[in-house]
Amino acid sequence: MKGPLKTFFKNPMRRWAWLFVGPVLVCFVIGFVWPFVQGIYLSFCNFRLIRDAKFIGLDNYLAALRDPSFLHSFWYTALFAVVSLVIINVLAFAVAYALTQGIRGSNLFRTVFFMPNLIGGIVLGYIWSMIFDGILSQFGTSILLETRFGFWGLIILMCWQQIGYMMIIYIAGLQSVPDDILEAAKIDGASRSQTLFRVVIPNVMPSITICTFLGLTNGFKLFDQNLALTGGQPFIMQADGSAIKTTEMLALNIYNTFYGQGTASQGTAQAKAVLFFILVAGLGLMQLAYTRKREVQQ
Amino acid sequence: MNKQQTLTSERRRKTVLSVVLAVICVIYVLPVLTVLVNSFKLNTYVKTETFALPTAESSAGFANFVKGMTFGNYPFWKSAVYSVVITVLSTTLILLFTSMAAWYISRVNSRFCRGFYYLCVFSMVVPFQMVMFTLSKTADSLRLNTPWTIPIVYLGFGAGLAIFMFAGFVKSIPLEIEEAAAIDGCGPLRTYFSVVLPMMRPTMISVGILEIMWIWNDYLLPVLVLDINEYRTIPIHIQYLKGSYGTVDLGATMALILLSIIPMIVFYLLCQKHIIKGVAAGAVKG
Repeated sequence: MKGPLKTFFKNPMRRWAWLFVGPVLVCFVIGFVWPFVQGIYLSFCNFRLIRDAKFIGLDNYLAALRDPSFLHSFWYTALFAVVSLVIINVLAFAVAYALTQGIRGSNLFRTVFFMPNLIGGIVLGYIWSMIFDGILSQFGTSILLETRFGFWGLIILMCWQQIGYMMIIYIAGLQSVPDDILEAAKIDGASRSQTLFRVVIPNVMPSITICTFLGLTNGFKLFDQNLALTGGQPFIMQADGSAIKTTEMLALNIYNTFYGQGTASQGTAQAKAVLFFILVAGLGLMQLAYTRKREVQQ
Repeated sequence: MNKQQTLTSERRRKTVLSVVLAVICVIYVLPVLTVLVNSFKLNTYVKTETFALPTAESSAGFANFVKGMTFGNYPFWKSAVYSVVITVLSTTLILLFTSMAAWYISRVNSRFCRGFYYLCVFSMVVPFQMVMFTLSKTADSLRLNTPWTIPIVYLGFGAGLAIFMFAGFVKSIPLEIEEAAAIDGCGPLRTYFSVVLPMMRPTMISVGILEIMWIWNDYLLPVLVLDINEYRTIPIHIQYLKGSYGTVDLGATMALILLSIIPMIVFYLLCQKHIIKGVAAGAVKG
């Protein structure tokens, strides 16, 4: 800002900083900064409450990495995130592409496909557990009895919820593809599939970036749906008496390590949470850097 | 002739596409219809005849809704009231204070402001599990465990996205308008409330919708922060139906699920355009 304005505008503004920034700053410290810093510190401590924390170095991290249930939930989550990412994005793109062809009823279809996003994860889980059990009980089994039922059940649930969401992003992307490019492709005699793969898809790369990123982090951070649909069941008992919850994802594993009855171990759980944070944040940044680079080349 | 042919084939393709999508739409609505149908069935029939309409034998009438009101050792209406209180208070608080802060930090743009802004952006990639234990302990020790005080926690944890979106908008509005207000003698407060705030309306709606959708459906934060013997929200209520002793009455559960999704579906149908726009705007945050 230049000279005279500074005196008229900027300095008076600073006098009101306590009102404009103060409330958010205080709450941000309470709700994010302090818990985050304390969380990092506690991951190096042995504690049950916070007051009795004793510094023990990297032991919590070693315990976390040696925990078979944590490693299981990591691979299970990774597999889930990748499979759901691919299925949801392909279907969402297909629906968005169909809805931008100027067909009758597009608005109604869009309304319906987006609707499940308004329903919360816990409620979604119970709706679908009723449906799956309604089907599986005809065959004398239940979603809680087999890991593959839990896995594909959660995939179907997430498709139902997320396709509409990703569809909205793809529709916005598709609508911003300039008409003259499509016109040019048509005049040059490009076939329908050539137009799609050579013209449309390169032009919606920004949307693909966003959806890939969102899909991957949503998959890794999934909690409510996982808790309500299977809660980690079925369990496999280990030789040492602990159980591996075969459909337990990372977020639920961390929650159970914090608050699970009898097996709770806060220090290990906090270390897992830090590892989880590094994973989610790192994944997002990598993904973003990679796809941004490809956009530039287009 | 040739052109005529491509036109009819084009039209036929679109009709086929319409029909296919209509079928998918019907499948899409089925889960909600299943909830509706089962909320009128007796408990034992929900599992065995999930996809049949209620018959004279399996129908429970409105008994499930009556039972649902007191089911789960906690009155449902209380959960509903607390859900509304928490959502309305938190969203109002977030909209007011983060928009003020975003305007201030974008315009003053000192080193402190930039640092605060980057911290907010950083907070968006931090998963809740990272802070959940320490956050719930902090909130507990500060007595933020009631529906009247939990909005402070929501403002703190949700500030990142809101500030990011508001700051993005403030950067796009020309400084000249605020300069004119300043020259006409408006102080910062007056400039903000009578000049900047009205211009922010579209972003206010987008952010407000994202916050409502998040807070209304949120389970983990309130369950850890609130004193759940005293206060529950609807998602907590639904989750604790299963936790209460004995077998779950599926009919009553479905009745409560139906009651809990109706407000959201009405809200969606009323402000559909804004919701879709808001979600698209929020997604671009990456």
